[in-house]
Amino acid sequence: MWTWFYRLASPPYVYRTAAALTPWLMTVAVIAIVCGLIGGLGLAPPDYQQGDAFRIIYVHVPSAYMSLFCYSAMAVAGAIGLIWRIKMSYALAAATAPVGASFTALALVTGSLWGRPMWGTYWAWDPRLTSELILLFLYAGVMSLRPAFEDPARGDRAAALLSIVGFVNVPIIHYSVQWWNSLHQGATIAKIGKPSMPGSMLWPLLTMLLGFMCFYGAVVCMRLRGEVLNRERQSAWVREAIKS
Amino acid sequence: MNALAEGPEVSALRAMTLIVRRELRLSFRRPEQVLQPLVFFLIVTTLFPLGLSLQLSLLRDMAPGVLWVAALLSSLLSLDSLFKSDADDGTLDQLALSGQSLTAIVVAKTAAHWLVSGAALVLVSPLVGIALGIPVSVFPTMLGSLALGTLSLSWLGAIGAGLTVGLKRGNVLVSLVVLPLAMPLLIFGAGATDRAAAGISSAGALYLLGSLCVFTCTLAPFAAAAALRITLE
Repeated sequence: MWTWFYRLASPPYVYRTAAALTPWLMTVAVIAIVCGLIGGLGLAPPDYQQGDAFRIIYVHVPSAYMSLFCYSAMAVAGAIGLIWRIKMSYALAAATAPVGASFTALALVTGSLWGRPMWGTYWAWDPRLTSELILLFLYAGVMSLRPAFEDPARGDRAAALLSIVGFVNVPIIHYSVQWWNSLHQGATIAKIGKPSMPGSMLWPLLTMLLGFMCFYGAVVCMRLRGEVLNRERQSAWVREAIKS
Repeated sequence: MNALAEGPEVSALRAMTLIVRRELRLSFRRPEQVLQPLVFFLIVTTLFPLGLSLQLSLLRDMAPGVLWVAALLSSLLSLDSLFKSDADDGTLDQLALSGQSLTAIVVAKTAAHWLVSGAALVLVSPLVGIALGIPVSVFPTMLGSLALGTLSLSWLGAIGAGLTVGLKRGNVLVSLVVLPLAMPLLIFGAGATDRAAAGISSAGALYLLGSLCVFTCTLAPFAAAAALRITLE
């Protein structure tokens, strides 16, 4: 039963699996993002209050969600690495960090573009915005700590520990709109009961979310292959893989 | 140190008192290590009135923020002395090998470090408060929030210092690692002082700061010990 888990610790297996998964994930991502964009930018009705400006939600919310998802994935992968000493999970964490940081930056940029027409300002020192910015700084910390060590194994473990410590910020971001009086609007989808959005607006958003998830998966698979090759560059199978 | 060499039969509490005593003695023998961050604190707070020379009325509104940012930066500066000199001369390795719990050692070292850096900063802060025009009635809140804040910051800093202890450009990295984690402290600490200056109750912010302090006190020593275990090996 656990063999699939053990196999995930084997670099050649990870390298081949990632290579095999990439085209599938990328295909689903492209299809979902194209469908979501058509649905969100074309088919969904304009918002009764925000008009057409709300349509940036179809990029903003998925990227904000992915910024948290990537951080959680990085922290969990780091914890798995520290607990079970699986080197490949460090490779996954290293591959995830820049992708997550990009999603965070995208969420901040789209958010401030959305804030300009709605709030009258690009940036407000609001709890949700501030905690998301802190998340970007945490990514920066993790990404700069890893290469600072001469011994890569040590850098991996230090970065894993830092990402676990920084994980306290993730629930703060999620609940910031509930805990503080915030300029940012409250939860729309992730709440118990009925989402406060009609189906014609919701389905493109969920499709975009699926697309972003698959896009993350595809990009991480590509980056993971690079990480594995770099980390295992001394081993015989890498020489074989590169030759063939 | 001699009692520590006796090995695990020394109780953890005894070992911790010994470490605290040693740290304090070392700090008093090397006063510049204690004084430099404090002088830095004073200089940074002096920079703001000079930079805002034409709008001194602005300064009074900004004073809590200025005080807190300066305190944060000066605490960061003093983190350098937390593990570095002990790591350089091998004392830290000996402590780690002494058979005592590394967490207890981290607690003792950080507590001693706070006594000579954070507590000293709290004692100097009224001076800065007066210079920045913070009303004396706000001082209890200011001192309380700074005490809680610098203590929490010492625990967070122990994680950062532990992660970067053997690194060449460690001091830049420490700021990168610790500052994002320290931002909530700044928000609530400066917030508490601000509210007290505006005549509103600052209890809420102080309670939050206190809970952050308890949170970091209880969990950060384990994280810092884990960090040291990674960097020392």
